[in-house]
Amino acid sequence: MTEKYPFEQESDAGKGSVKRLVVLPFRKSVEISFKSIKARFFRSMITTLSLVLAVSFLSFVYISNDAANGLLAADDPDLRRTLVQAGYDLAPGADRVDSSPKQRWIAILSLLVCAVGIVNAQLMAVTERFREIGTMKCLGALDRFILRLFMLEAGMQGLAGAAMGALVGGLFALLNAWFMFGAVAWAHLPWAVVTLSLIKGIFVGCLLSLIGVLYPAVLAARMQPVEAMRAEH
Amino acid sequence: MDAHHNIVRVSNVAKTFTMGKVEVQALQGVSLEVKAGEYLSIMGPSGSGKSTLFNMIGGLDKPTSGKVYIDEVDIAQLDAYELAWLRCRKIGYIFQTFNIIPVMTALENVTLPMVFAGMNNDAAVDKGLELLELVGLGDRFQHKPSELSGGQQQRVAVARALANDPAIILADEPTGNLDLSTGEEIIKLLKTLSRETRVTVISATHDFKMLNVSDRVVWVRDGTIDKIEERDELSISVGQIGAREAAATGGRPE
Repeated sequence: MTEKYPFEQESDAGKGSVKRLVVLPFRKSVEISFKSIKARFFRSMITTLSLVLAVSFLSFVYISNDAANGLLAADDPDLRRTLVQAGYDLAPGADRVDSSPKQRWIAILSLLVCAVGIVNAQLMAVTERFREIGTMKCLGALDRFILRLFMLEAGMQGLAGAAMGALVGGLFALLNAWFMFGAVAWAHLPWAVVTLSLIKGIFVGCLLSLIGVLYPAVLAARMQPVEAMRAEH
Repeated sequence: MDAHHNIVRVSNVAKTFTMGKVEVQALQGVSLEVKAGEYLSIMGPSGSGKSTLFNMIGGLDKPTSGKVYIDEVDIAQLDAYELAWLRCRKIGYIFQTFNIIPVMTALENVTLPMVFAGMNNDAAVDKGLELLELVGLGDRFQHKPSELSGGQQQRVAVARALANDPAIILADEPTGNLDLSTGEEIIKLLKTLSRETRVTVISATHDFKMLNVSDRVVWVRDGTIDKIEERDELSISVGQIGAREAAATGGRPE
């Protein structure tokens, strides 16, 4: 009897140990999220594309400045002259180039637009998957399983998109530097700083992707399973 | 095993929906007892409150007043974790629209509830294959839902509902989206399962093929229980069913 009807001991001390145990191992969540992205590859790609563009712009700005700083650090008056000719705003004593306010504004704007785009795309994805989410809940999924699945998906998309964006942006920045200053730009390139810039870009991209999915994911997680029963979707 | 205890008890349940400013009473004080191992059909025209009653029994919706007990536990008292556990372990759901998770294979769909229940992966896969075999899809476990017909998808759903050996299977119009013969197969499958595993099957339906296999039929009309018929009272001759159908769908019986 006790075995068969465990939740009859409602108020016992042992309450909750067995009958509250619903789990979704982390590895399994990763697996499900990954499959989910794979199955909707085209869709995920479009969602990620805005992130790729925004992060590649950010990384282009970062790494262009890194290249210029590398040239400055070489302490060669000729190179300094070339930099000023190329449009870098250098005060006579300045020993480093920083991103101009205009550059910063454009980068922030592009990131904002991208974040709004992600929220939009994820909201649509949630609506599209209402039935799937409701079904999972009927099978015993907790709110936080759903939240975790969406966050993981967004995290993976963010990581892939941001990595791609950062690399593309970085590559363009390096090509650009090479066209403007010639091979000397590459010779003076501070590789450690460039790597750091890439990582910074990837981090910003991931963060953006996670922030963008937060509201849609909470919405999905709070959905009542009765929605799944409604046939008219 | 005590075969005659009440697995589900609905006591004086009412449900009111607020639609805009109008209040609609979907259920007005319904009481019902379902015995363990029973095959029960809830019949009624659409809009009768049948689905609402069904959702209450499944713990998918909360009554405005009255109580729903599953295994003598008042489900209104359960917190989110306990409700999830109940849905996972005690109840198996079958839907009109199959609701197979589209990105997963048949096998993954069947094993998902077992993963939630904390079963280890190998055991879940073994049991999943066994269940798919049981519903006659043993060779199709690798297929995605899009590669399965409606009837096959519903079979996967039946296997999934059985995953954690639930006490109750709730089937909401399980044959609603299937053609006549496929629907019959699903009904037969459900009946076989209920007989062999002694699982309680409760289905909301307006499919008259269900009458043949039901132990009891609850007729719902205008938010109340019109009548409850035992199996031996049920007259299953075709002509009578036709008359009954006319009575159920159009106007009052007299």
